[in-house]
Order: sequence, then C-alpha cells, then structure tokens
Amino acid sequence: MRARAGRLALGGAALAGFVYLFVPIALIVAFSFNEPAGRFNLVWQRFTLDNWLHPLARSDINETVLLSVEVALVATAAAAVMGTLVALALARYRFRGGALINLLLVLPLTTPEIVMGSSLALLFIDRGVARGFWTVAIAHTMFCVSFVAITVKARIRGLDWTLEDAAMDLGAGPWRTFSRITFPLILPGVLAAALLSFSLSIDDFIITSFVSGEGDVTFPKYVYGAFQRELAPQVHVVSTALLLLSIGALGLSVLYQRRRT
Amino acid sequence: MAGPNPGSRRGRFAPYALISPGLLWLLLFFLVPLASLARMSLSTKQSRFDFDPSFTWDWGNYADVFQKYGVQLGRSFLFAAAATVLCLLIGYPMAYWVAFRAGRWRNVLIGMVVVPFFTSFLLRTVSWTVVLADDGLVLRVLRSAGVVGVLRSIGLTDGDRLLDTPLAVIGGLTYNFLPFMVLPIYVSLEKIDTRLVDAANDLYATGSAAFRRVVLPLSLPGVFAGSLLTFIPASGDFVNAFFLGGTRSRMIGNVVQDRFLVQLDYPGAAAISLVLMAIITSAVLLYAKLLGTEELA
Repeated sequence: MRARAGRLALGGAALAGFVYLFVPIALIVAFSFNEPAGRFNLVWQRFTLDNWLHPLARSDINETVLLSVEVALVATAAAAVMGTLVALALARYRFRGGALINLLLVLPLTTPEIVMGSSLALLFIDRGVARGFWTVAIAHTMFCVSFVAITVKARIRGLDWTLEDAAMDLGAGPWRTFSRITFPLILPGVLAAALLSFSLSIDDFIITSFVSGEGDVTFPKYVYGAFQRELAPQVHVVSTALLLLSIGALGLSVLYQRRRT
Repeated sequence: MAGPNPGSRRGRFAPYALISPGLLWLLLFFLVPLASLARMSLSTKQSRFDFDPSFTWDWGNYADVFQKYGVQLGRSFLFAAAATVLCLLIGYPMAYWVAFRAGRWRNVLIGMVVVPFFTSFLLRTVSWTVVLADDGLVLRVLRSAGVVGVLRSIGLTDGDRLLDTPLAVIGGLTYNFLPFMVLPIYVSLEKIDTRLVDAANDLYATGSAAFRRVVLPLSLPGVFAGSLLTFIPASGDFVNAFFLGGTRSRMIGNVVQDRFLVQLDYPGAAAISLVLMAIITSAVLLYAKLLGTEELA
C-alpha cells in the first residue's frame, strides 16, 4: 500500500515536471494563433489563422531567421567535421595528451557564456577584426566543436574497430575502408551531434550579442529587441514552425533507431 | 573508465593529425581570448570615451568588481544555487521515472525533455511574462490562497506582483536549465544494472533503503554533471533577469552586458568576467571534493 502511494507520488512529480517544461511551449503555439490588439502579442485576444496564412508577411523577421540559419549551417558543418575527427582520435587511439584534450573539450561547456562572449569579442577588437557574420560563425563553431566531439565520442565508444582490420585484410585500401566501414558506423552519432549543434547555434543569444556587429541581427537578437519595441505574432509562427520541424526530425530518428534494433 | 576499444591502436602521427584542426580552433578561439580578457582586465581607460585602453597593471578594476558590483555578484550565485537545487528536486524524479517506470516510452519521453531546446530560448522566457502577468490567472490564484503575502514577507516578491521579482528570475532560471539537470541524471540512472536493486530487495532492504544505498550513490556522477551544467550557465545568465526581473534582481551577467556592450567599459567588464570565472572554478573544485567524484562529464 505504501509502495503504491510512493509510486503514484513519483509519477505525479514527474508529470508536474513535464507540465512545467511544456507550459511556455504551449503558450508559444497558442499565441501563434492569436490576433493581438496592439503591437505586443502577449495578451490573448481571439483565435485567427491569419498569422499562419501569412507567415512571411514580415520581411524584417524573415531576414533575421535567414541569417540565423546561415550561421547555424556554417557552424554545424565546420564543427561536425572537426569535432568528429577529434572524437575518432580519442576513441580509436591511445596517445599522449589525450586526457588534456578531454579537459579542453569540457571547458567550453563549463564556462559561462558571458565569459566566452566577452573574451572572444576582445580578441577581435584587439586584432582589429570587424565583428560580423564570420565572427559569429567562428564563435558558434567553437562551442559546437566541443559538443560534437563529446557527443560523437560517447556514441562511438563501444564500436568494434576490428571490422576495419577485417576490411583491410580483405584487401580494401584506407579510403575504401573509411567509406565502406568507418563512415557508416559513425554516421548516426555524427547526425545526432549535428542536429544538436544546429539547434544550439540557431538559438544562441548571449555569445552572439558580444561577437556580432550592430547590423547582424540574428533571430534571438531580434526577439530580445522586440520585447521593448514590438512583438509580432510571426515571431511565434516562426518558433512554432521550427519546433515542428525539429520534432519531426527527432521522431524520424527514433523510428529509424527502432527499426535498426 | 572503460579500457580501450577492441582494435584501438597506439598511434604515432595519425591521432595528432585528426585532432589538430579542432584543437587549433579551441586554442585560438577559446584559450587565447582568455588571455585577451586577462590583459584587458588590467588596463586603464584614460577617459570615458577612451575605447582603446592601455595595459597598465591596473588592479583597480578588480577592486571595483567587489565594491561596486558585490551585491549583483552575490545575488547571481544565490539565484543560481537556488535554481540548481530546484532543478535537482524537480529533475531527479523526472529522470528516475523515465529511467525505471516509463517502459517502452523511455526514448520518446527523454526526447521530450530536449524538445524545449527546439524553440527560441528567449521566446520561452518571454512566455513566462504571460504566465506571471499582473492580471494573470496564476497571480490571482496565489493571491486568493494568501501565498503572495508569504512570498513577499520572505523577500521573494515585491508588492503584489510576481513579475519583476527575484522569484520570477529563479523560476525562469530553473525552467531554462532543467533539461541540463534531467539528461545527465537519466544517463547515469539508465546505466544502473537493475539486478543490483533486486539483490538489495532479496537481502531484505526496504524500498527506500535500496534507493539510498544502491541507486542514489550510483547516480551521483549524473547529479554532479547536472548541477554543473545548471549552476554555471545560470550564474552567468542575464536573459532571465532582463525579461522577468526588476531592479532588485539584476544579476552579474546584466552588469557585464551593460558595461561591455552599452558603456564600452572593456576593462571593467573583463575584470568582472574573470572574477566570475575564478569563483565558479573554485566552487566546482570544492563541490567535486564534497561529492567525491573526479569525473567531470
């Protein structure tokens, strides 16, 4: 009887946690269907489909989304390549300095963003580099490399590398071994890490605010400013659309893994 | 630490070739900038409009951090600690329930924990202003239950409001960093061999004793990692205080942002950043010692 009560309490606590996580998300989705009375889409008025029928009505918002996607694509591609190489080295080889590399990879995750943002901005100022698209891409690549390396390393830790030796024994060259054995083995881990990188980059605000120029308004920077000027319902539409796309991608990957196992 | 994988090899040049691009990137754009930061923190501005301060071994910037911004610094760590404790209290049952009770829905549910990351962090925080609004349902319910008066008397809220109060900022921080607590705890719980719990039960351990003596100790690495991933970003955050806080809940992140991006006072901002980092590093080492774990992530 007591165990049963404990079980119920545990389930209730977990449920409450999930509700807490999803309250703001439910509001974002709901407010994408709101017809705001003034400039701020923060008070519920009445249901409308207008915002979803005209999701691209605000060209200023579209530009910020486009910029964020461009930065995220560049940073994700660069970080996926560099981070995967680091992960391969750490998972496959024993070498001097491996522990030090592991520490260096964790450091960006355990450093407050204002410290990384302000220090990187000072480097650019010191060297006379104008802050713009590329300084933002460089910064995002920096923290994404760490995330990719750590995620991929964890995913490929248990892989059986003797398969590579088998391929080589059967006469495959290094390139063929990589493309037919190594790459397919690590691909799921790399894709998961890339998805994570993309969502981290597209949503980064604190570091971006330090390393971007005044004219480089990413979507998060726009939302920050919009809170004081005007918050159009299209902001909620864009966020809801991004959410649906990501959930779709996540759902597909879960289905894919289920089929494989 | 698990041994090397089957087929792992001792490399001469290959591992160094593989790590060099990523390593170089982190050195150039993570470590070197910290040197710029240290140098700037010891520089002096000749006037308010001197935007190219010269290096002078000026330790005065550090004295300013504590004299002028000691309150915000202390408040940041207090808020971050409160948010970390709340994340642990909310996140542990979530992770435990998903790991041991969710059955075949485990993957879907743990996926749901990261779903918030897929919408705008800023817009999610803005949404809390709707929930906590002055004429909102939450405030009305809390008011009629007499909770608002209690919260005010212990200094968590001001006046008859929830917005622009320390409580709102702590709640926002807890909300934003909760997934970072749940995920590592889930990972460490999921690894536990459930036969260990069965064994404890066979040896007449009660449910709570089995949890205390078997499950909890094995999940401590996850608690450690989750606490760091919550406490560190929370202590440097300025977004929650910007949207949800008032003047009485400004954090050190707001000060750095204002000093650096608005006042262009680079030496002042640099000194604050470094102090923040130094305090966090010491706190992490102390915490690692208390919890007795050397594992960082």
